[in-house]
Amino acid sequence: MSEKFAVNMIECDGHGLCAELVPELIRLDEWGYPILAPAPVPPQLAKHAKKAVALCPKLALSLTPDRR
Amino acid sequence: MSAPMRVRYDGRPRLLAGWAATGRPAVLAEHAQVNGPLPTGAAPHLVELVGAAGLRGRGGAWFPTGRKLAAVAEHGARAGTAYVVVNGVESEPAAGKDKLLLRAVPHLVLDGAELAALAVGAKEVTVAVHRGTGLAAAVGAAIAERAAHRWGSGLPVTVVEPPRWYVSSESTAVANFVGGGPGKPRNDSAYRRGVKGKPTLVSNAETLAHVALIARHGPDWFREAGTPEAPGTALFTVGGAVHRRAVYELPVGATGNDVLRMAGGPTEQLQAVLLGGYGGSWVGVDALTRPFTPEGLKPMGASPGAGVVVALPAGACGLAETVRVASWMASQNARQCGPCFNGLPAIADDLARVTWGRDRAALQRLRHRLGVVDGRGACAHPDGVVRLVASALAVFAADVARHLAGNGCAGLWRQPVLVVPQPPDVSEGWR
Repeated sequence: MSEKFAVNMIECDGHGLCAELVPELIRLDEWGYPILAPAPVPPQLAKHAKKAVALCPKLALSLTPDRR
Repeated sequence: MSAPMRVRYDGRPRLLAGWAATGRPAVLAEHAQVNGPLPTGAAPHLVELVGAAGLRGRGGAWFPTGRKLAAVAEHGARAGTAYVVVNGVESEPAAGKDKLLLRAVPHLVLDGAELAALAVGAKEVTVAVHRGTGLAAAVGAAIAERAAHRWGSGLPVTVVEPPRWYVSSESTAVANFVGGGPGKPRNDSAYRRGVKGKPTLVSNAETLAHVALIARHGPDWFREAGTPEAPGTALFTVGGAVHRRAVYELPVGATGNDVLRMAGGPTEQLQAVLLGGYGGSWVGVDALTRPFTPEGLKPMGASPGAGVVVALPAGACGLAETVRVASWMASQNARQCGPCFNGLPAIADDLARVTWGRDRAALQRLRHRLGVVDGRGACAHPDGVVRLVASALAVFAADVARHLAGNGCAGLWRQPVLVVPQPPDVSEGWR
């Protein structure tokens, strides 16, 4: 099942690990906060995506089923 | 036998009938005389009644109230409890309708809230009112009057005063506050996780007043006024360059010109109108011929929102007005989401540089930032500011060009049309 990123913006503190780990899908705005690509995570990035979720210092990043 | 004649709305106030009769707040006896007894018998099928009536929330979103009631009832049944919160906080500076309702016809609002509580299985009702207006005492007195006369559902009804930050009147912020937390928005919708994490109906005071009347008179009666998609009457707070700045009740479907006419018409030639509130949209005067309904205004990129209509005179400066409001709105963030607490002050600053600094680079930067900030907070506060500023750039495009070329405008030295309150001091807190 395909998944996409979601971020809890209240928890997010702009540490930026997510953008470093999955630059293909996450970039940072000028203040260091994540801008998520709306596309689902392609299979070759699944491992990196899970890693980014696990390593977010605020546990703000998650993967949700892509209902489309 | 001919088909039954469809009864048409007679134009008389519905919500404000109790107040219109005497010009004073309607005490319980007057409320009972004008509106009849509390129809607790309607509670078991209130969700269907409100759904059939087609009532849409009057807090700004125009979401179908029947669907919201059904969602809270369903989630509440699963969770084992539910809450009802009356949102009378109205932190929108340009709006006064909810404060008026709670002052003038509190029993109508309380009736709607108590009936909704019975319908969704809530065990208590909380009324959230604007701090420092005396409404806490007034609504408290109305609650005591009901208890003394054994009028009501029997459920406990209490009053709270959230802090005066703009974002504190957002549904999830009010639910958060009622549950003992700060008056800051949360990620989860209140109907799923509101007060203390339980399913909560947070409804605007005006919406619940309509519920109280639908329970008495039925969906067909409600639909005699308004449009098929947006039935009923609605309260509009009319401000700016009109003869009589006040709150007016009109059938939904009335045009902008109808609304302004109720307020005695414009005092001078107009150049634009602000619709919805300080997080709403500017529109040109051509919008005044449109019905002020969600469907009527959508093609103009606007919405009636919380019924705010502010007429901007030709002699004012739309950009200066917008800078003042955008700056204030930027100060009103909950300090929770980076794109908001960083982005809104940056946007306000860019607009100020365009308005006074002849800064073309600021205009470029502003357009980019509007795109980056939109939709990236936990609540819709940043979206509102983006909407306000983007609509200003469109409606006042000629002014933007003039200001950037260094040819200001006389309006810069006029009395402000859009007034902002003293920002809550940091001592206001979030509790």
